[in-house]
Amino acid sequence: MSDLPVLGISPQLAARRRKDSMFRALCLAATLSGVALLAILLFSMMRSGVEFLSWDFLANFPSRFPEKAGIKSALAGTAWMMGLTALVAVPVGVAAAIYLEEYATKGRISRLIEVNIANLAGVPSIVYRLLGLAIFVRWMGLQRSVMAGSLTMSLLILPMIIIASREAIRAVPISLRTAAYAVGATRWQTVRFHVLPSALPGVLTGVILALSRAIGETAPLIMIGALTYVAFLPEGPMDEFTVLPIQIFNWASRPQADFHALAASGIIVLLAVLLVFNGTAAWIRHRFGGRNQ
Amino acid sequence: MMGNLAEKLTVEPRTERKSIHPRIDNAVLKAEEVVIRYSGEAAVKGVSLEIPEHRITAIIGPSGCGKSTFLRALNRMNEFIEGVTMEGRILYRGVDLYERGVDPVEVRRRIGMVFQKPNPFPKSIFENVVWGPGIHGTKKSERADLAERSLRQAGLWDEVKDRLDQSGLSLSGGQQQRLCIARALAMEPEILLMDEPCSALDPVSTGRIEDLLLELKERYSIIIVTHNMQQAARVSDLTAFFDSGHLVEYGETDQVFTRPRESRTEDYVTGRFG
Repeated sequence: MSDLPVLGISPQLAARRRKDSMFRALCLAATLSGVALLAILLFSMMRSGVEFLSWDFLANFPSRFPEKAGIKSALAGTAWMMGLTALVAVPVGVAAAIYLEEYATKGRISRLIEVNIANLAGVPSIVYRLLGLAIFVRWMGLQRSVMAGSLTMSLLILPMIIIASREAIRAVPISLRTAAYAVGATRWQTVRFHVLPSALPGVLTGVILALSRAIGETAPLIMIGALTYVAFLPEGPMDEFTVLPIQIFNWASRPQADFHALAASGIIVLLAVLLVFNGTAAWIRHRFGGRNQ
Repeated sequence: MMGNLAEKLTVEPRTERKSIHPRIDNAVLKAEEVVIRYSGEAAVKGVSLEIPEHRITAIIGPSGCGKSTFLRALNRMNEFIEGVTMEGRILYRGVDLYERGVDPVEVRRRIGMVFQKPNPFPKSIFENVVWGPGIHGTKKSERADLAERSLRQAGLWDEVKDRLDQSGLSLSGGQQQRLCIARALAMEPEILLMDEPCSALDPVSTGRIEDLLLELKERYSIIIVTHNMQQAARVSDLTAFFDSGHLVEYGETDQVFTRPRESRTEDYVTGRFG
């Protein structure tokens, strides 16, 4: 020990230092590659997609002629599907979260349910599409309707909504619940008037993020049979439909360059919708976050 | 550390339990051999005591002696804590609170509670007071009167009468705690349980709440758990001293503080431990 230089850099330490800076460079490169890829993607989309981006593009039905083609039916289909999906998945998901957090006694069964919900959130979407095909399209006879698509999509995002809602509900201080119980409130009254209002921002954020995942999903819908060429708007939940990602997929798989540009335009619209969703979620978090302590 | 010390200092098992109880003619609550366990581990180990009507009963004792756990058992608030089990009986005017068919919601309506940390609802001052009665069916037309009456009783009316629609959270800590008291009083309970209601408050706010307690005992029976022995001595009529889950001594406050029967009590009230 004593014959080593006190503050000098020993060869051993120098080697450690080198490794440290190499690792740092490696991590930086990894970070930058992600950002760079995203930038390149956005840039090339913008460049090729901006050509067809116009009011007509939003207002026209798809067409064999690229200059006349639009995404009206896909946009409408997406809106329909998001609406129905939210209508199904939100009440079920939030109710399940309330049950697990406020009513269920913590025991082996509730742990089993918890683990399974976490697992469900990781199930590949292609599995859901098979399930949706078997149950909703065939067994329930819903055919290739918006309803079948929405139900399948609900299954896909249900675990995400449950997990996010549970976290939001768990974050509500216990003291708020005891305050309500102490004046003789039932569990339901406590949940309805105190826990849910306080958890609402967190629940909404989770719901929006889950929906924004659903909006970009294609796999669960292809096999269910969302159509790729739809020249009409769905008028009810039992109508056939298409959605943005499928329309994009369809255009992108055509040989003509113009259709590739259309796909790029479609992607821009899809990204814009996503941005609005995520922006809303961020706004809600910012606006209501931390209001109750 | 504390636990070990407490173990060592614990007096030998008392054979004559009766001797530690004061004479109480008008008991409103009566605990019989209450044992409360957290996941099997006993926090309250066989406590029997009677709570008199229209008096203030203080429960004192070192941290972890089971006093808060015991207090929560008196209006079934332990039911919201996982793994808590109870043996023994708690009689409210002769009815066992834990009997089949007794609705905990009804129990808590008659036996109100104020907590250690002020916990107003994140709602308006007015809503804070009348929400409880509202869910029990108090008519909208009666709520304004009820709010005023309860806030007056809690000594808060003059400070908030012009801003009843402001959030309860906008008040100071002491005001919030009086709001919580008003919220409990609005239920028109018979008994008021207070779990260290002043521990988060400054001395001035504490003084106000203590004065308030002395007024309230005309109409309510009050049980207060406190860490603060001066507070117990100042406000209570009776004092129960808990240690390691046992009721060590129970008697008139005067007697407990000046002529304790148990050496354990003396050590605690004179500040030799705890």
